[in-house]
Amino acid sequence: MKKVIERSMIVPNMHLLVIEAPEIASKVKPGQFVIVRGGDEGERIPLSIADYDAEKGTISIVFMEVGASTAALARLEAGDAVATCVGPLGNATTIDTFGNVMLVGGCYGIGSLYPVARELKAKGNKVSVVLEARSSYLIYWLNKYVPLVEKVYTITRDGSLGQKGHISRLPDVIHSMPRKPDRIIVNGCTYLMAHTSEVTKDLDIPVVVNLNPIMIDGTGMCGVCRVTVAGQMKFACVDGPEFDGHDIDWKEFLARRKAYVTEEAIFFRRSDAPAHNEGKCVWHE
Amino acid sequence: MNEDKTQEKTSKIDLNRRDMPRQSPEMRRNNFDEVALGYTEELARLEASRCLQCKKPRCVTGCPVEIDIPGFIGCITRGDFKGGIKKLKEKNCLPAVSGRVCPQESQCESKCILGNKKAEIAIGRLERFLADWEAAQGKVDLPPKAKPTGKKVAVVGSGPAGLTVAGDLILLGHEVTIFEALHKAGGVLVYGIPEFRLPKAIVQREVDYLKALGVKVFTDFVVGKTRSIDELLEEFDAVFVGTGAGLPWFMNIPGENLNGVYSANEYLTRMNLMKGYLYPKSSTPVKKHVKVAVVGGGNVAMDSARTALRMGAAESHIVYRRSHAELPARAEEAENAEEEGVIFDLLTLPLAYIGDENGWVKEIECVKMELGEPDASGRRTPVEKKGSNFRMQTDAVVCAIGNSPNPLVPATTPGLDTTKRGTLVADPETGKTTRDRVWAGGDIVTGAATVILAMGAGRKAARAMHEYLTTGKQ
Ligand SMILES: Cc1cc2nc3c(=O)[nH]c(=O)nc-3n(C[C@H](O)[C@H](O)[C@H](O)COP(=O)(O)OP(=O)(O)OC[C@H]3O[C@@H](n4cnc5c(N)ncnc54)[C@H](O)[C@@H]3O)c2cc1C
Ligand SMILES: Cc1cc2nc3c(=O)[nH]c(=O)nc-3n(C[C@H](O)[C@H](O)[C@H](O)COP(=O)(O)OP(=O)(O)OC[C@H]3O[C@@H](n4cnc5c(N)ncnc54)[C@H](O)[C@@H]3O)c2cc1C
Ligand code: SF4
Ligand code: SF4
Ligand code: FES
Repeated sequence: MKKVIERSMIVPNMHLLVIEAPEIASKVKPGQFVIVRGGDEGERIPLSIADYDAEKGTISIVFMEVGASTAALARLEAGDAVATCVGPLGNATTIDTFGNVMLVGGCYGIGSLYPVARELKAKGNKVSVVLEARSSYLIYWLNKYVPLVEKVYTITRDGSLGQKGHISRLPDVIHSMPRKPDRIIVNGCTYLMAHTSEVTKDLDIPVVVNLNPIMIDGTGMCGVCRVTVAGQMKFACVDGPEFDGHDIDWKEFLARRKAYVTEEAIFFRRSDAPAHNEGKCVWHE
Repeated sequence: MNEDKTQEKTSKIDLNRRDMPRQSPEMRRNNFDEVALGYTEELARLEASRCLQCKKPRCVTGCPVEIDIPGFIGCITRGDFKGGIKKLKEKNCLPAVSGRVCPQESQCESKCILGNKKAEIAIGRLERFLADWEAAQGKVDLPPKAKPTGKKVAVVGSGPAGLTVAGDLILLGHEVTIFEALHKAGGVLVYGIPEFRLPKAIVQREVDYLKALGVKVFTDFVVGKTRSIDELLEEFDAVFVGTGAGLPWFMNIPGENLNGVYSANEYLTRMNLMKGYLYPKSSTPVKKHVKVAVVGGGNVAMDSARTALRMGAAESHIVYRRSHAELPARAEEAENAEEEGVIFDLLTLPLAYIGDENGWVKEIECVKMELGEPDASGRRTPVEKKGSNFRMQTDAVVCAIGNSPNPLVPATTPGLDTTKRGTLVADPETGKTTRDRVWAGGDIVTGAATVILAMGAGRKAARAMHEYLTTGKQ
């Protein structure tokens, strides 16, 4: 049981959850995640750690309300308890001196890339970010990114902010930059990571993604998080979640993520939460 | 001993091994309630009275923790159940568990002298009877604790090995804290073995008992991530590692990542720990499958196949590459599975899984096997029968071919040596690892084994740790 310090909606359907978890806060590195249960009978779901404060002993999570578990979390208020919050799990995002690094974030990834940007900058990298969303009102934390990075680019489906279109316009953004990035780090929904990997294939830039398969234990015990990376079976919770985006078998990955779509919707219809989006990213698909 | 007297004695021996009442196969395949109902007092005393009270009891040599078997059985015969449970607990702190899940037919019961007449005493059932009798009495008396020593012990993992260490050391006056990665304590006993074989209330009872004795239990705590062994050693005087064998094996054949292909760990954890069997009352999503193929022949495979039936599968198959005689599962569970309608496809090896257009498994390519020469372990090695390939339709596959130790703790603990198989190097007599003040036991040392071996290892390690904590010798 861990205490909720704050829960608020930052943009429609996207919530910030601040949890008191001193042990995790003192340990976490950018790119790691926790496994959370909203209620006592609930399933276990992985969520990235979007920020942390070792001194205050808190961690922050940004999550999108998509189904039963995230809906339960969205109903929590300050003072409530999170039934399970265990971590920090997974390997940290590789932080090194790369030179120019481009971060690509969408959905919850805008949140979870934030500590990555901070650490990369501390290592002396020049960091730029591309934030992608359906519309400008879904972009958040601009105020946190602007002072931190060289430049913030935005891509919106409706053209209300920055480049019009979706992530397939990323090469245009890259070509408009004064210098080609030495590394791209992508975080967000599966669609965003798969497409970024796809459209950057010919650019000769390493692309790393923070994979988000279905998980249960997060310690390498159950094997549900397995993915094919460069032809080999990997467990995302212990071998990842960071992988080379160009090595992932995305077709298999997308199919595996949707394994429980029907069942989740069936449960959801029984509960009192709003409509279920059947496994799709409400921002993208 | 005089020849004639022996003759006389054997002729009076009751060779009628008492069956334990069970739910009927038709009924139980539709519910998750415990299959075996346990002996009544009368049946237990009848069964117990068959024991010859051997002077040199062979049964004891078959029990990894050397329980005084004639001792506790004698108590049952006399109706002294309290005395019986006391005898049991001298050597075994989880009799309600071992009585249910020990492979008795290859351990204690296999050595019973009456086995010659195919009438070995039902030792496991009697053990279970006593444990259940004690629980039914309501409040369990807490044994006296030794004077506090001021020493602190961390136990990593709450499976049978960890629970045993915790139980032993708290009674010896040490402060004990258990760290468990999952949200419930009990290890495989809660996340793996299904409710119908080992009710979770029994495991909870044991954990509550430890808590009542003063053991602190932190769940949702992954050692190696939340805190490392080295950090634990700063706060604790000694550490026990009982993290079990958790890393599921796959066969490295095409199609293993199709949807509908599960590791047994996923399948069973989803059902047991996450209460998937209550879906859609619980929010843990569970697929409804029509025909399930479980690959493997051990306890894990039987548990998966029987769970599949209870989840409403029309057909549940065991696909095993050797023959019936080599099934590593407890005989009773294979028999239960068969009675419930699990279909055994023996001498059959999967070669590939074939998926539909949406990435769901729909067929298994298999080949028939035959038994060849015995291998190093004495089991005959299965070899493929050329040209016997065939396809089997299915909409789910559960892979239950084994687990290796979870590498998380060894990988994050410098100086903690492992073998080639990934198990921890530890002294078989004391559990001492290659790291100062760190002991280990259970599946993390032996590779996937049994509950009672894990408990035995826990007991030995506890003894060695106590010695260190009181004398400084390790
Ligand atoms: C390493 C990692 C980090 C993640 N970080 C974040 C984050 O920071 N913020 C965020 O909003 N989301 C994050 N996700 C995704 C998040 O776990 C899912 O959105 C969540 O599980 C949905 O659960 P639900 O019950 O609300 O919805 P459901 O109705 O259960 O599911 C909706 C969809 O979510 C996916 N999903 C379901 N169960 C799981 C599960 N146990 N594990 C993973 N995916 C699942 C499936 O594709 C499903 O179709 C992350 C996933 C991973 C693996
Ligand atoms: C489905 C199934 C059926 C079985 N049936 C039988 C049977 O009928 N009879 C029998 O004798 N044996 C059976 N076994 C085998 C038996 O359960 C195991 O041999 C036994 O549980 C091993 O005990 P253990 O204490 O070593 O580890 P486990 O029971 O595996 O417990 C280890 C615990 O450590 C935790 N852990 C792991 N890593 C960490 C970490 N880094 N930090 C904190 N905690 C951690 C795990 O979450 C787990 O709770 C079965 C096993 C399975 C999977
Ligand atoms: S602990 Fe297991 S092997 Fe030992 S007597 Fe009991 S059932 Fe038999
Ligand atoms: S060997 Fe059999 S008959 Fe003899 S003491 Fe043991 S259980 Fe009783
Ligand atoms: S989540 Fe279970 S092995 Fe990765």
